[in-house]
Amino acid sequence: MFIINCPYCGERDQTEFSSGGEAHIVRPKQPTELSDDEWAEFLFMRKNIKGIQFERWNHSHGCRKWFNVVRDTSNDKIHAVYKMGEKPPVNK
Amino acid sequence: MSQELRINNNKFIDQTTRLSFKFNGEKLYGYKGDTLASALLANNIHLVGRSFKYHRPRGIMTCGSEEPNAIVQIGNDPSLTDPNVRATEIELYEGLEAFSQNCWPNVKFDIGGINNFLSPLLPAGFYYKTFMWPASFWEKYEFFIRHSAGLGKSPSKPDPDIYDHKYYHCDVLVVGGGISGIMAAKLSAENNNETLLLDDKNTLGGATIYQNNDCFQIDGTHTNYWLEKEIKKIKNIKNLTIKTRTSLAAYHGYNYLLAKENLTDHLSPDERKGKIRQRLWKIRAKKVIIASGSIERPLIFNNNDRPGIMLSSAIKKFIDFYGVKTGKEISLFTNNDSAYETVISLKKSGVNIVSIIDIRDKSSSKIVKEVEKHNIKIYWNHTIVNTEGYRRISFIEIMKLSDDGSGVIGKKIKLKTDCLGISGGWTPMVHLFTQSGGKLKFRSDDNVFLPDKNKTPSDQISIGSCNGDFDIKDIILNSNRDVKTFLGIESSPFDNLKVESSKEEKKKNIWLLPSDKPIGKTKPFLDFQNDSTAKDVKLALREGFKSIEHVKRYTTTGMGTDQGKLSNMHALGIIAETTGTNMGELGTTTFRPPYTPLTFGAIVGRNIGEFFDHIRKTAMHNWHVQNKAKFENVGQWKRAWYYPKNGETMFEAVQRESKAARESVGILDASTLGKIDIQGTDASEFLNRVYTNAWSKLAIGKCRYGLMLNEDGMVYDDGVTTRLGENHYIMTTTTGGAANVLSKLEDYLQTEWPELDVYLTTVTDHFSTISICGPNSKKILSKVIPDLDLSDQSFPHMSFKNSKINGIKCRVMRISFTGEHSYEINIQSNYAKNVWELCMDAGKDYNITPYGTETMHLLRAEKGFIITGQDTDGTMTPSDLQMDWIIGKKKFDFIGKRSLYRSDTIRDDRKQLVGLLTDDPREILEEGAQIVEKLNQKPIEMLGHVTSSYFSPNLNKSIALAVMKSGKKLKGKKFFVPMENKNINVTVTDTVFFDKENKRLNA
Ligand SMILES: [Zn+2]
Repeated sequence: MFIINCPYCGERDQTEFSSGGEAHIVRPKQPTELSDDEWAEFLFMRKNIKGIQFERWNHSHGCRKWFNVVRDTSNDKIHAVYKMGEKPPVNK
Repeated sequence: MSQELRINNNKFIDQTTRLSFKFNGEKLYGYKGDTLASALLANNIHLVGRSFKYHRPRGIMTCGSEEPNAIVQIGNDPSLTDPNVRATEIELYEGLEAFSQNCWPNVKFDIGGINNFLSPLLPAGFYYKTFMWPASFWEKYEFFIRHSAGLGKSPSKPDPDIYDHKYYHCDVLVVGGGISGIMAAKLSAENNNETLLLDDKNTLGGATIYQNNDCFQIDGTHTNYWLEKEIKKIKNIKNLTIKTRTSLAAYHGYNYLLAKENLTDHLSPDERKGKIRQRLWKIRAKKVIIASGSIERPLIFNNNDRPGIMLSSAIKKFIDFYGVKTGKEISLFTNNDSAYETVISLKKSGVNIVSIIDIRDKSSSKIVKEVEKHNIKIYWNHTIVNTEGYRRISFIEIMKLSDDGSGVIGKKIKLKTDCLGISGGWTPMVHLFTQSGGKLKFRSDDNVFLPDKNKTPSDQISIGSCNGDFDIKDIILNSNRDVKTFLGIESSPFDNLKVESSKEEKKKNIWLLPSDKPIGKTKPFLDFQNDSTAKDVKLALREGFKSIEHVKRYTTTGMGTDQGKLSNMHALGIIAETTGTNMGELGTTTFRPPYTPLTFGAIVGRNIGEFFDHIRKTAMHNWHVQNKAKFENVGQWKRAWYYPKNGETMFEAVQRESKAARESVGILDASTLGKIDIQGTDASEFLNRVYTNAWSKLAIGKCRYGLMLNEDGMVYDDGVTTRLGENHYIMTTTTGGAANVLSKLEDYLQTEWPELDVYLTTVTDHFSTISICGPNSKKILSKVIPDLDLSDQSFPHMSFKNSKINGIKCRVMRISFTGEHSYEINIQSNYAKNVWELCMDAGKDYNITPYGTETMHLLRAEKGFIITGQDTDGTMTPSDLQMDWIIGKKKFDFIGKRSLYRSDTIRDDRKQLVGLLTDDPREILEEGAQIVEKLNQKPIEMLGHVTSSYFSPNLNKSIALAVMKSGKKLKGKKFFVPMENKNINVTVTDTVFFDKENKRLNA
């Protein structure tokens, strides 16, 4: 039950948000040019890290905005929050 | 009532208020201030229950939440009865009725007690080993186990009590109102922190509040007097909120804690009426100070479980706090100094002390010397090897310990005693600390696990005895110092207190005390509630269990309602000793929330009945109710399902409605379909990317059906989207998919295509939709909106017009989900019921028939239209649905396009949508039924299943949609649908059953 600092609204309870999995997976610009394996890499393969993880979160019961979170999955400590399209403020 | 066990003029007991209560049917008396346990003891009742496995008589052992034995059922009202209540915690009230649990037929004569004599046959893992085989006997075993076990009875009727939730934010939360908690709360609140102090008892002060002993003094007064004054003072601090009878249940990350406040459990049933029973506090604290205290450990020796054997600290609390003597001839058995405090308290109250058995060689601390003045016999370096007495302890047998403590020597001495206090040292209550993610360290001096300061989550500290300080001097000094540092306080009123205490000099610990009998012939209980003994733990180790978590589960040690608060440390100690491991390396089992049991009522609070989940109703809902509709739940929506007339069955009503819609005109409330307003200069491009078909060329005023996929190529949602203007569309989604579709579209817009100028707004609730369908629909509409040109040239199928009804703007779409000539009127929801009634009026002469979701499903099935979520299940591609026509093959990209030619999605033996006709046209298939080709095959290969099935009144035969392996190639082939008592013959057909040429759309 952690607290997320929504870049648009400020600190809110975790229950207001929904998780969108790993961040910085860019949808290929020309999917038709990809092999089955390359497409599968984008479509299915996700990391599940114990430790620092870059993830997408949506303030679904608030401003409905998506943004990125750098979270330590071992203790839920949030190291950074930043908007979509922005560079991670900590080394990825 | 017997007064000989009561001490008069005790300040915590109000002897002017006598309360009557019943225990196992017997009427007894106690006083205001008593717990059920203290009142029972005052009535000389120790035997309160039976143990779980052997049904051995068990008595009150503690005076707190760690109680393993004295758990009772409160009341017998089927809606209010409360099982597993600890007699040591429930406060006595007038009319309280309690029953022993786990005894049948009664506590004094218990048939299950025969297990005690069979106990050599019931070792650890007995249930696992025996009842596994043969599997068919399980039912018999289960009956036996359930009947002879049973930890209380659940209420059988709904709970009438009111429960509450409260969200609370504070600067500092102090958990525990003992001496260190009181100090912390005062320091915190007086230094500008909004402070909340919680304590699970009704009185603040912990064990110090009744510590009236010359050996322990603060500034020249007994510790209890000093603390009493401090408590009086903190009650007036503005920043401080104090909640008693409130127990911390869970400590989650980011200082989020749950606490349960008991508001009425201590009141008589009459006083409770209309009041909130319990309140769950959901607390976010900037800082947390844990001062949860410690509990005394028992000692593990042969037959250590008889009624009358109690923790030494419990005997002390019963005499000092409740004014109740727990016996007349009391003995104490200890490995440390705390039992000597009990001796002094008993002596003061004139109780006869038989003897003290101390496993240490000697102690010359202040308190021991004080006891020695009273000429009480102390057996140094001795242990108890056996006890006697069935329903109450009557004798103890003691022997001298051998030099290494592993055996006993010399002559056995038998002593008569009616109550035995045991003291094995103290265990800090670190449950909350570990729940919060803190790690423990081991202190080998006195074998305790303590919060590791270096591995403590930030913004919390532990102080007092839960932090391993047991001497009052250390407690005061360290609590004061640590709280000051934690809160950044410079000086404190506790800086120069003069504290006197008796310093413990010698410690000695033997986890399993020896007996003169071999261990196999002894019963040294570890977990009193689950009846697991030290023998069981040793057996588990011999059988190869190594992990503490496995040993715990195999022997059930620590798995009762007390969660092994008393037994865990000894289990660990015995495992460490037997396996030659260091206890610190062994670690502890996980402490899981809640610390003490929570009621379901407190957990759900007010979220019950109509507040359990939202109910969504359309604007026409009341009309449907008045017209006797039956409703169906679709997500949170209540949708009209069918409208039975004159006692019609569902089947009859649906047949009538379906026929009317095709023969004249039907009317459907389609308001629940999701509606998303899409605007922006890139709206067309956006639709191109999210739907499989092309959208750029859709003219303003036209509608188009769209199919939306997931990125994996599977059908996700479908619906009709209308172009309202150059940069303006309105999209409809399925009822159940509305919220998810909007989320998904927002996700793509915000994260993948932020360059697109598109805005999405949900308008599902703002507009209501009335669908009018059938050959006479045009006549109805022309009556409702006379000035609307309904000619096919001006208003063809798949187009829309803005219009007005009685001056109210509306949008009319000519679209059809039934294959009939139909219209959908979209109007602001406030006016929808009125317009619906106008339509009903206009259709009077045409037998206008309201129909519900079931008829809608039947009509679309006649046309072979899919319902996403019914005919699809997240594994169907458009091609699987025989909808290749809707794939914009020339489009550069759309969500899911690349997946449509993955090796898996182009397999031709995928399950594909087909039509099915039964050879007997009256036979209706069951949805979900399997389809097979060969009946004598073993196992029978299942080729697919029925997804939609109805009796079509318009075709006068049964029709079905199904998904089948390689379905596209199977047209005309015959299969079986095996049912429980027959095999139904079916033939694969086209998916469109009715009006294949779509002539009726323009009829
Ligand atoms: Zn927000």
